[in-house]
Amino acid sequence: MSDERVKSNDGVQPGGDHAPERDIAFDMARRSLWVFPAWVVVSGIIWGMGGALSSALGYVLVVGNLAAAAALMAWGARTSPVALMGVTLGGFIVRLAVLAGVVLAVSPLGFFEPVPIAITILASHLGLLVWEIRYVSLRLAAPGLDLSRPGKEQK
Amino acid sequence: MDLLAQADTALDGLKALGAGLGYGLAAIGPGVGIGLVVGNAITAMARQPESAGMVRTTMFLGIAFTEALALIGFVVFILLNFA
Repeated sequence: MSDERVKSNDGVQPGGDHAPERDIAFDMARRSLWVFPAWVVVSGIIWGMGGALSSALGYVLVVGNLAAAAALMAWGARTSPVALMGVTLGGFIVRLAVLAGVVLAVSPLGFFEPVPIAITILASHLGLLVWEIRYVSLRLAAPGLDLSRPGKEQK
Repeated sequence: MDLLAQADTALDGLKALGAGLGYGLAAIGPGVGIGLVVGNAITAMARQPESAGMVRTTMFLGIAFTEALALIGFVVFILLNFA
């Protein structure tokens, strides 16, 4: 077995530094910018200023959670399969603890409204995933398809 | 009156206990699920390193969907504790 072969088996990222997790998380954050301000306004109308701030906090928690997961997995994939397994499972527990810690820390503050933050967390997480999976499934089905420019193929 | 206040305090304590237990229990299933997803993704990448990009994309989305179950537990925790 040559040195090169050994090197390519070290990590699980044979395709260089490209991290698909980071692309997906960035895509989701970018797409959510279209919907998120409208939802904050709606929350503000229904629950007042506290509702708008709580919705914003819920959105930050969801996007931060996805970004942290993507960053950890990209690092793990660059390092080794064992690191990928470790950071994915360990990161899951740590991220859940951080989410609970942030909510517990913020809850005594006056603006905290549980219902809008709960709706925002669930709806934005699932909504962003379903929205993203449409693009990803198209990309996986037809890798040459450039979804940003209809009618053109990627080089 | 005193008894009522004590019952109220006990109820609050039980609510907090239930919320914490519910959150913890809700995280067990996704933990097992994420372990399965990552384990199988690593097997797939070891067998076909050239498809690692596609496998990692699918793995990340699978993990995010599995994590939604834990987030449902988190939402229940918020609603039980603060609503």
